[in-house]
Amino acid sequence: MAFEGLTDRLQSTMQKIRGKGKVNEADVKEMMREVRIALLEADVNFKVVKDFIKRVSERAVGQEVLKSLTPGQQVIKVVKEELTELMGGDQSKIAVAGRPPTVIMMVGLQGAGKTTTTGKLANLLRKKHNRKPLLVAADIYRPAAIKQLETLGKQINMPVFSLGDQVSPVEIARQAIEKAKEEHHDYVLIDTAGRLHVDETLMGELKDIKELTKPDEIFLVVDAMTGQDAVNVAASFNEQLGLTGVVLTKLDGDTRGGAALSIRAVSQTPIKFVGMGEKLDALEAFHPDRMASRILGMGDVLTLIEKA
Amino acid sequence: TKTRDSFSGKVNDLVARYRKVDEEFFEELEEILIGADVGFETVMTLVDDLKMEVKRRNISDSKEVQSVISEKLVEIYQGNDADHTELNMQEGLTVILFVGVNGVGKTTTIGKLANKLKGEGKTVMLAAGDTFRAGAIEQLEVWGERVGVEVIKQAEGSDPAAVMFDALRSAKAKKADVLICDTAGRLQNKVNLMNELEKVKRVIEREIPGAPHEVLLALDATTGQNALIQAKTFKEVTNVTGIVLTKLDGTAKGGIVLAIRNELNIPVKFVGLGEKMDDLQEFDADKYVYGLFADVIEEKE
Ligand SMILES: Nc1nc2c(ncn2[C@@H]2O[C@H](COP(=O)(O)OP(=O)(O)OP(=O)(O)O)[C@@H](O)[C@H]2O)c(=O)[nH]1
Ligand SMILES: Nc1nc2c(ncn2[C@@H]2O[C@H](COP(=O)(O)OP(=O)(O)OP(=O)(O)O)[C@@H](O)[C@H]2O)c(=O)[nH]1
Ligand SMILES: [Mg+2]
Ligand SMILES: [Mg+2]
Repeated sequence: MAFEGLTDRLQSTMQKIRGKGKVNEADVKEMMREVRIALLEADVNFKVVKDFIKRVSERAVGQEVLKSLTPGQQVIKVVKEELTELMGGDQSKIAVAGRPPTVIMMVGLQGAGKTTTTGKLANLLRKKHNRKPLLVAADIYRPAAIKQLETLGKQINMPVFSLGDQVSPVEIARQAIEKAKEEHHDYVLIDTAGRLHVDETLMGELKDIKELTKPDEIFLVVDAMTGQDAVNVAASFNEQLGLTGVVLTKLDGDTRGGAALSIRAVSQTPIKFVGMGEKLDALEAFHPDRMASRILGMGDVLTLIEKA
Repeated sequence: TKTRDSFSGKVNDLVARYRKVDEEFFEELEEILIGADVGFETVMTLVDDLKMEVKRRNISDSKEVQSVISEKLVEIYQGNDADHTELNMQEGLTVILFVGVNGVGKTTTIGKLANKLKGEGKTVMLAAGDTFRAGAIEQLEVWGERVGVEVIKQAEGSDPAAVMFDALRSAKAKKADVLICDTAGRLQNKVNLMNELEKVKRVIEREIPGAPHEVLLALDATTGQNALIQAKTFKEVTNVTGIVLTKLDGTAKGGIVLAIRNELNIPVKFVGLGEKMDDLQEFDADKYVYGLFADVIEEKE
């Protein structure tokens, strides 16, 4: 199974241009071919890859490369820099409403990790920020979704608001906020049901919840293993709801996670957190530079640069 | 509409947009396939094959290339042997084990499959082998009620192998036709969790020689290239006999199953098309391959 990282892929090209004083267009083209394959195999969307390669090539063939002492190094550096840049800065901040409670809505496709992440966020808000969140069970469709959130609530000893599965999610959200005000919860975390971005009825339901609760954050929860379709999902959720952040889950797996790049590129929404496991403490801040290395499959970019 | 939507007919529509089979044509074909998560290597092999074939047969008109495309795609999928999607059903008890990474649709598919088999007149039982995830047992129980089949369970946190042991005994005693076993989702790189799964399978093997008769890997169609590693690792650990490609009702195409079939020889047996009880269909290679191009064709129409 040939999922070589870029490191292996570029080795031979870098050998070839090693002695050269500068990198010409043909060299860059050859290196970019390898970069393109590495990105595609990491599941970065092909359109995103195209734009990226175009931009990096322009930069690499330009004067910066001429100034460089070792041309191979320079190209890799440009690739890595552009990628990190595209991925945005470290932004793991969570909004705080002027008047509490701060409302956070979790949205996304089926099975992405919304309910688990709701539990993780509650845990983080209390442990790290000393907050007192209320979890809201607004998934009335998935079998035992409410029970799942209640079990998670119990694990971290936090209250879960539920009205069963016979009341509409919009009404659940409305009553939850009232309750949060009464009981002085500073955060309200709404767990919504998984849905397809093309499901008009269910997307409409999210818009209604948004309209009513005026959330301070709407987090799109995305599985890090998502392939080419990540662009459609992210763009569509963003257009319909106006996302404020992304949580990338299941990054404890061995996927390259190119979806991260696609999502950034099409939604311009910052990736705020990453899920690193099933347990409720497995939520971490997102690091763009680490993600860039991971997508490129360059565990150790420095070694490569030294060899060049 | 009538049966005009046969695969070759639709590809004909697609290629009709290009009068000539030139670089641009192949480039677009490449993009369609990569966009469907077919994977870079498979796409390159396919397109190279196509180019050669086109040259050999001296084809320049795009209309003539359509049959070659459909041939090659289905060929890449199944080689020479046509697929059979039927389950390996036994005279006595048939045991079906579900495996896969987190959130792909194992439990839901079990509900759908139980419904299908029950509809065929079989006595079905379910084993709640996911004792880890919050609410997993209750989720399977809801499905059991919905479909009207018995669910064998133990408390949350208990040993999944012990649950299986219980369920097998119970299914034998009650002379059930089929026992479908749920397991917790696990990422394939978690060695301890994969060992646990191996143990679950061993218990089944020991209790009933020849079982499990099917090990079905649930794959989310939204998943990209990682699905190939999932299939490889789960095959090594549990000898997967078939794939259920879930969530095909979305916009993702799950094209990686071409590479999985080609490299690992695991056939897709079912596809999931929604969250309801009857949203499960037997896999049809021609129909699936056509689906890879559906958007492009519809755009044109
Ligand atoms: N390994 C790993 N598993 C995760 C992570 N986040 C969630 N999961 C698992 O993924 C599966 C799905 O998670 P859920 O939280 O139920 O997903 P959801 O988006 O609420 O699903 P629906 O409500 O059905 O749409 C469960 O098995 C979780 O334990 C993560 O970061 N790492
Ligand atoms: N649209 C759609 N959703 C599906 C399909 N199959 C499953 N789902 C949904 O995907 C989510 C996850 O399904 P589960 O059956 O819980 O997945 P699982 O593999 O058992 O998850 P874990 O046990 O947490 O690993 C649920 O919201 C299901 O309703 C499908 O074919 N189409
Ligand atoms: Mg959920
Ligand atoms: Mg399950």
